[in-house]
Parts: sequence; C-alpha cells; structure tokens
Amino acid sequence: MTKIRKRSNAPIFWGLFGAGGMLSALFVPMMIFITGIAVPLGLLLPANTMSYTKMLAFAQNFIGKGFIFAIISLSLWFAVHRVYHSLHEFGIHAGMGAKLLCYGVAFVSTVISAYLLLGLGF
Amino acid sequence: MSKRKPYVRSMDGWWKKNPYFVEYMIHESTALFVAAYAFILLVGLVRLSQGEPAWNAWLEAMKSPLSVIVHLVLLAGALYHTYSWFKILPITMPPVIVGGKRMSPCALTGSALVVAAAAGLALLGLVWRIAL
Repeated sequence: MTKIRKRSNAPIFWGLFGAGGMLSALFVPMMIFITGIAVPLGLLLPANTMSYTKMLAFAQNFIGKGFIFAIISLSLWFAVHRVYHSLHEFGIHAGMGAKLLCYGVAFVSTVISAYLLLGLGF
Repeated sequence: MSKRKPYVRSMDGWWKKNPYFVEYMIHESTALFVAAYAFILLVGLVRLSQGEPAWNAWLEAMKSPLSVIVHLVLLAGALYHTYSWFKILPITMPPVIVGGKRMSPCALTGSALVVAAAAGLALLGLVWRIAL
C-alpha cells in the first residue's frame, strides 16, 4: 500500500529565505548607505537624488518598481524565516501561532508594497 | 495532570559559553537589521504614494541625527550579514569545481565578497547616473 504523502511547503519558504538573503547581502548595505546616510547628509550624490519627481519616476519604471518590490519583500521573507527558526535557540517551541506571525508579517508587507507600487502606475 | 516535576535544564545563555555559537547568534540577529531597513523602505513607499508633501516629510525625517545614527547601526548589521552570508556559502551551496579541483571555501567566500562589493558599487554608480 502506498500512502499519499502531503507535499511539504518548506521549500517555498527556504527558497524565499535564500533569495532574500542573497539579494540583501548584495544590495542592502549600499541601499542603507545611499538612502540613510549619503542622501540625508548630502554626501557624494547630487542633492536631488531622491527628489519626489526622481523617486516617482523610479517607482513607475518597470525595473525600478521590481527592484523596490524585491528588496522590501524578499528581505522580509529572509528575515522572518531566520527569526522563526531562531526561536528554537531561545527555548521557544514555535508553533502555528509563531509561524503565522512571522510569515504573516512578510506576507502582509509583500501585499502592501505590491499594492502601493501598482497604484503608483507605470 | 501529573504531579511529577521533572528537572528541565535551563537554556538561558547556552550560546554564550562557546565563541562559535556567539558568532552564530550575532549572524542570525543580522536578520533583524535587514528587517528594520525593509520596514523603513516600506514606510518610504507609503509616503511616496501619498504625494509630494508626504514624501518630502519622509526625506526630512531621514535627515534627523537619530535617523542617521540608526542607519549607521543598520549599515554595520547589514555589512555583517553580507560577510556572514558569504562565509557560510561554501557549506550551503553545491561544490564548485574549477579546473578539475574543488574550489576552497576561502576562495569561494573571497570571490563572493568581491562580487558583493562590485554589486554595491554598480548600484551606487547607477543611482549616481540616474541622479545626474
């Protein structure tokens, strides 16, 4: 008799974790430097680098939109996966509630950013 | 309910006893820095979608000394994430064979870090070109 085994959904979350970890490892340090340090302090980059017109154009561009979406959503899928699996290290037996909370944060943020980016138009 | 109270060893601070696990906990915690920055960006996106005054208010908020300090801390966390992510790469990816020989973990981490630096600089260059 062969049992029909339910397919695990773990590879999806591992995949999102891997993609987010890689993307954030490559780009997040420079992103933080640009948006949080260089532009606010007026270092290195032109003063109007993040002006409303420029950022709107960037967020309306197909590639720009994709980049913003990928950075926000994948970074969060990466982070919540790591936090969820670290609960064990603190002696917390993570159940369904913790899982829903962790992945829920990433899911809701993904939906919000997709909604806003689509709302900004092309 | 059973009245037995079996002894359960406490897990408090178990990782502090071994430098290997201290490093492990630090690199795992970098996820929180990355998440914090993703939330800052998400707020920025919300403000952008609310129009020019809201966006300018966000830009102004990013100029506050507190914000800059927070971003310096986040930058340190994110850089450590990059370093540790690629340090683990040799164990997390299939062996890379170059010229019939398995690439050493050191060479793999090193070249990945070079790629990461190049990706960061390319991003900076691209932003600079768009901004001009």
